[in-house]
Amino acid sequence: MSEWWTYTLSDFLLFSPRTYYRLFELHNAELWPAHFVAVAGGIAVLVLAKRGGPAAGRAAAAMLALAWASVAWAFLWQRYATINWAASWLAPAFVVQALLFGLFAMRPRGLALASGPASLVRPGLAVAACGILAYPLVSVALGRGIAAAEVFGMVPDPTVFATLGILVLAAPAARVALLPIPLAWCALTGATLWTMGSPEWWLLPAAAVLAIAAAIRQRRGA
Amino acid sequence: MSSGRPIGTDVHRRRILGAAIAAVVAPMVSPSVAIAQRGPVAARPIPSTGEAMPVVGLGTWITFNVGNDPVARDACAEVMRTFFAAGGRMIDSSPMYGSSQPVIGHGLRKLGRPAQLFSAEKVWVGSGARGRAQMEESRRHWDVPRFDLMQVHNLLAWQEHLPILFEMKAAGRIRYVGITTSEGRRHNEIEEVMRKHPLDFVQLSYNILDREAEERLLPLARDRGIAVIANRPFREGALVQALERHPLPAWAAEIDAATWAQVVLKFIVTHPAVTCVIPATTRVAHVRENLDAARGRLPDEAMRKRMIAHVEKL
Repeated sequence: MSEWWTYTLSDFLLFSPRTYYRLFELHNAELWPAHFVAVAGGIAVLVLAKRGGPAAGRAAAAMLALAWASVAWAFLWQRYATINWAASWLAPAFVVQALLFGLFAMRPRGLALASGPASLVRPGLAVAACGILAYPLVSVALGRGIAAAEVFGMVPDPTVFATLGILVLAAPAARVALLPIPLAWCALTGATLWTMGSPEWWLLPAAAVLAIAAAIRQRRGA
Repeated sequence: MSSGRPIGTDVHRRRILGAAIAAVVAPMVSPSVAIAQRGPVAARPIPSTGEAMPVVGLGTWITFNVGNDPVARDACAEVMRTFFAAGGRMIDSSPMYGSSQPVIGHGLRKLGRPAQLFSAEKVWVGSGARGRAQMEESRRHWDVPRFDLMQVHNLLAWQEHLPILFEMKAAGRIRYVGITTSEGRRHNEIEEVMRKHPLDFVQLSYNILDREAEERLLPLARDRGIAVIANRPFREGALVQALERHPLPAWAAEIDAATWAQVVLKFIVTHPAVTCVIPATTRVAHVRENLDAARGRLPDEAMRKRMIAHVEKL
C-alpha cells in the first residue's frame, strides 16, 4: 500500500455505529432466549474457575471452547461478515481459539486454574464476572438499551473479556497458548470502537493490560 | 456573482462558469417513481459521449453497508426512491463497501428498476484474473443487465484490469471505463494513467478544503475529455459538522444555498472539470437537500474564491 502514512483508522471503518450496534439487536432478537443458556454457561465457568483443580480446569476449557466456536459461527461468520468482509478472516481465528481451548480440555490438568499466586485469583474472577454478568449492562448504561446488549458466548467482546479473566487464573503454559488471539481482538475491537467514537472503547484494552500484567507478575513470582 | 436566474435558462451564466453545466435535464423517471416538482436539476455532459449526467449522484460508502437488517435495507430503498424522484441518476458502489451492493439490488428491485439509473461500480481485487468474476458477482448483487461505468478501485492492479475493462466496453458489456482514487492519494500515478489511456471517467476526492486535484488532475481531465466524479465531498460528514458550528454566511442566499451542505456541493459542481459529485447519506431529507444543491443559482468564479476565503478562515 503506497502512501500508507496517509491512511487513518477511519479509512478502514466500513460501517456506521448505528449499523454496528443494530447487529446486536438483530442477533439478540433472533437467538432469544438462548441468552439464558449462554449466561448460565458463563456462570458455570466462573464457579469452575473459583473451585480450581484438574476437572474444573478441563470443564472450563471445554465450555470456553464452545463459547468461542459459537461466537465464530453465529456472530462473526453469519452476521458481522455481512458488514465487514474482514470478519470472514476473524471467524477462523476464533475457531482456532476454540480448538486451542479444546486441546486444553483434553489435557489432564485442563487450564490448571488457580495455580498461580493467590493475589491474582480475585482480580481474575472479577474480570471474568464482569464479562459474563456486567458486560450486557454496558449497552443499557450507554443508552443503547437492553435490546442491543452484548452477551457472553454470543458476541465477541464479553466473551473475550471473560476469557481474559479466566486466563489470569490459568497456568503459564495455557496463557502462552491462549492469550495471543484474545489480545489481538482487544486491540482490534478497541480501535474499532474508538474510531466509531464509542465511549466503552477502552474496556477490552484495559482487560488486556490486566491480563498481561498478571502474566508478568506470575512469571516474576515464579 | 450569480445573476439570480435559474441555471439552465441563463446562457450568460454558463459562459461565466466556463463549464458545460449543461442543459437542465427533466427527470427521466420510471412510472413507479414519483417526480419531484421542485424544478429540474443541473446536468453536465459526459465528455466522451455527451450523455447528460445530473451533477449530484449518490455514494454508498458506509451508508448502504447495513447487512441483512430489513429495516435499514428498506430505509436505503427509500433513499434511492427519493434520489430518483428528485432527478438523480448515478449510484456509485464498490465490492469494498461490505453489503452495499446487495442493498442497492434490494432497492432497485423494490423500485421497479428505475430506467434513469446510471450504475457506477468498481473492480477491487489484486489480480486481473479474478476481476471478471468479481464484476459478475457485483452485477448479480445489483441485479442489472450490465453496469454503465466500471472503475478500477483505488488504482488496485490497474495495469491488469484496464485492458479487460476496455475489452468489455468494446463488447458492449459496460458503457464507460474509469479509475478512482481518494483523499489525494497517488495523484502522480493517476495522472499517468489519465495521460496514457482513453478513460471515460476519473473519480477523486475534491471539496472546498481538499483542492489538490485543481492543480493537475482537473485541468488534465478537461483537456483529455475525461468526466470527473468527486467523492468524499463532506469528508465523511466531518466537514459539514465543522461548518455547521458557524452561521451560514449571507452570500449563501445569492447562490440559493439554504444549508452548509448545499454550499459545499455547489462549490464542487461548479468546477468546470467536475461532472458530478456523489455524497452518501442514509437520510431521505439529506438526499433532497443534496439534489436541491443542483437547482437554482450556482456560484461563478468570483463567488467560488469568496467561498474558499470564507471557509478557510473558519
